[in-house]
Amino acid sequence: MSLLGNLTLDAIPYHEPIIMVTLAVIGVIGLAVVGLITKYEKWGVLWNNWLTSVDHKRLGMMYIILALVMLIRGFSDAIMMRAQLAIATNGSEGYLPPEHYDQIFTAHGIIMIIFMAMPFMIGLMNIVLPLQIGARDVAFPFMNNLSFWLTASGAVLINISLGLGEFAKTGWLAYPPLSEMSFSPGVGVDYYIWALQISGIGTLLTGVNFLVTVFKMRAPGMKLMQMPIFTWTCTWANILIVASFPILTAVLGLLTLDRYLDFHFFTNDGGGNAMMYINLFWAWGHPEVYILVLPAFGIFSEVISTFTGKRLFGYTSMVWASGAISILGFVVWLHHFFTMGSSADVNAFFGVMTMIIAIPTGVKLFNWLFTMYRGRLRITVPVLWTLGFMVTFSIGGMTGVLLAVPGADYVLHNSLFLVAHFHNTIIGGAVFGYMAGFAFWFPKATGFHLNERLGKYSFWCWQVGFYVAFMPLYVLGFLGMTRRLNHTNNPDWNIWLYIAALGAVIIFVGIILQFVQLYVSIRDREQNPDLDGDPWNGHTLEWSTASPPQFYNFATLPKVHDIDAFTDMKDKGIEYQAPDEYLPIHMPRNTAAGMQIAGALGIVGFALIWHIWWLAIVGSVGMVVALIARCYASYVDYYVEPQEIAEIEQAHLANVATVKEELV
Amino acid sequence: MSAVPETLKFVPEHGLDTEHHDGGHGEHHDTSGNTLFGFWLYLMTDCILFASVFATYAVLFMNTDGGVSGKDIFDLNFVAIETAALLVSSITYGFALLCAHNQNRAGTLLWLLVTMALGCVFISMEVYEFHHLIVEGNGPDRSAFLSSFFALVGMHGLHVTAGLIWMLVMVFEVLKRGLGTQTVTRLGCLSLFWHFLDIVWVCVFTVVYLLGAM
Repeated sequence: MSLLGNLTLDAIPYHEPIIMVTLAVIGVIGLAVVGLITKYEKWGVLWNNWLTSVDHKRLGMMYIILALVMLIRGFSDAIMMRAQLAIATNGSEGYLPPEHYDQIFTAHGIIMIIFMAMPFMIGLMNIVLPLQIGARDVAFPFMNNLSFWLTASGAVLINISLGLGEFAKTGWLAYPPLSEMSFSPGVGVDYYIWALQISGIGTLLTGVNFLVTVFKMRAPGMKLMQMPIFTWTCTWANILIVASFPILTAVLGLLTLDRYLDFHFFTNDGGGNAMMYINLFWAWGHPEVYILVLPAFGIFSEVISTFTGKRLFGYTSMVWASGAISILGFVVWLHHFFTMGSSADVNAFFGVMTMIIAIPTGVKLFNWLFTMYRGRLRITVPVLWTLGFMVTFSIGGMTGVLLAVPGADYVLHNSLFLVAHFHNTIIGGAVFGYMAGFAFWFPKATGFHLNERLGKYSFWCWQVGFYVAFMPLYVLGFLGMTRRLNHTNNPDWNIWLYIAALGAVIIFVGIILQFVQLYVSIRDREQNPDLDGDPWNGHTLEWSTASPPQFYNFATLPKVHDIDAFTDMKDKGIEYQAPDEYLPIHMPRNTAAGMQIAGALGIVGFALIWHIWWLAIVGSVGMVVALIARCYASYVDYYVEPQEIAEIEQAHLANVATVKEELV
Repeated sequence: MSAVPETLKFVPEHGLDTEHHDGGHGEHHDTSGNTLFGFWLYLMTDCILFASVFATYAVLFMNTDGGVSGKDIFDLNFVAIETAALLVSSITYGFALLCAHNQNRAGTLLWLLVTMALGCVFISMEVYEFHHLIVEGNGPDRSAFLSSFFALVGMHGLHVTAGLIWMLVMVFEVLKRGLGTQTVTRLGCLSLFWHFLDIVWVCVFTVVYLLGAM
């Protein structure tokens, strides 16, 4: 038994030129970033204002940065796969050998769902939700920081797998018995397990944190049915998180026991039952897709209502439709494996339940349409994403209802039709929503506007690229092409594979334009400031703060009398009233404890992947010690003095006055 | 300290360690109430974790792969004593919390130590049972039934162990800091945790041992 467990120099894939070049590029970019931070002496700022921050707004921005970085990685995987499939036709083997290709499609799925979509969603929720309910922070600011670092730890592990060892070759579901030791003896599945497990704990803590925030920390007067709709959809998503993520924790734990201690939960021998894994996995996995999409629905609602200048149509039905989707989301999981061989009655039940979800979703679509009806829709970037969503997601929803028919599913199961369907809903639903939210709240979070023209270009590339890339996959599904093929030999498929690859390139241009947009907007930030903090004539409380918001959010907690609390204040002419006096505000101090705990857990994960047992013990002890040390730390909070508050508030009010004068 | 939430009204206001971070400073800081609610929510997620493993046990308990079944290995008399130790420890923890609410430091410490002793009895008996089974060749690698048995009972045992470590830390906290608001809140969270584990054990005892031995 070596001191480094199974870890040897052979774990580095020298013989894979693609990976080595990737690593070299990552290394160069990493060094450049380090160099720039050192050159501009920003290490102190980075550490004090960001990495150790417990401010929900900063954490939200770090989540989104993580999501964008992982988007690059996940999209690189995607375009490599599309290129491989466009090249490897007519019996050609292409440039990606199966053992590498299999890792890529697994990593693509996990990265896009767990490390791109989830951090993006949680980032937006972090920035916006406490502001929308008039709170000064989340219920447990330190735990919020810890959640972020747990997510980051998982992301670090999955990226280490690129250069050290391998990633799982099982598909993003890691179905046993393939993911068991007997068929996947390498470290790939272990990377999968620990990356998911650690980030999953972070997500679970986030769910708990935001539920307490929403139920205990709303501004005075705000009833539950007066919460802004984005807050409501996030709340349903958080309920889904606390109800479903423990199932993921359990099923990954059981697979861990199988792999590490020779248990027999899902093995072929010893009485194991692989279907138990698949059931448990989807009992988490299906609610997970609603966790992704419900907050996006909330974003579209906010965007449509703000940019038509009208109150959202059917607020109450929107809240309850989200609730219905959340509850129904727990009784449809079996539609992921109709072909497992359940009885016709069982399949019929889950098929019908799945189709019923289309009803509350339809309610939402009609609510958005009725909100726009007779409104004056301002065509901005967030609105473009929303309109694109409404068309695209409807198509994805309809192919979903088609797949919900068990008989049809027997034909289409595991075909590219399915791949087209879930990309249609997740990109057209969740990702478009996050992009809309990104453009919508960007001025709020940063204090300056995004470049509108580049944003529109990027949207159109995404929108057109999406159809070009994924509509051919529906056709290929009908033509009988199954998912996860490495190379093909069917001339009928070729043209569709070429078109799909072209679509991926168009989306690629869209992504590049988004980064160009970010660069240009940051470069020109002095010319495009958001001075008064209310760039869109917003309806809800986040727009009453400065941009970026004061670190304590609200000098005095607002009194809420209406769903559109800020609009209500504007109507009454009391939107920027300064109080007679300011009271001291109690704030939490920054802390490195979240990094320490999550870092120690990341080390434990790494040690377990490579069977370095002593390091796993050291890491575990370190984690517990860091946790206890945090519990007994003094110096964890401070008071902002009224004088400082008054200065900050007066500056904000002066900016507001300036903007108003310019308008006059 | 005027805005102590309703649920904590019984906490006297002369805690020893209530500088800033734990008291009710106006509208925004009934952190004790938030903490207890948050911890309760966490326990509900833990409950779902247990439910998932219970479901796995229910699916796999008949898959003995030609090996032993519950009837062959469960000794109900032994488990009855184990169960009694854990159930009584819940009562003694209740006494500890009552003493804490009455600012009775010595009483709190005494009952915490009694609870820990009972918890240790429980864990020792469980370790003995596991060791005995493994030595006899009935370890978790023998069959899916034994895998799910070890996982379910072992997961509960790990929770109890974590609770014992937490309790030990709390003993030192009470010794060092007395019974301030924050300490009493933490004792309240541990109380929820400990009683929760008791309820889970009642389910384990019924589903695994009683039904299994029939």
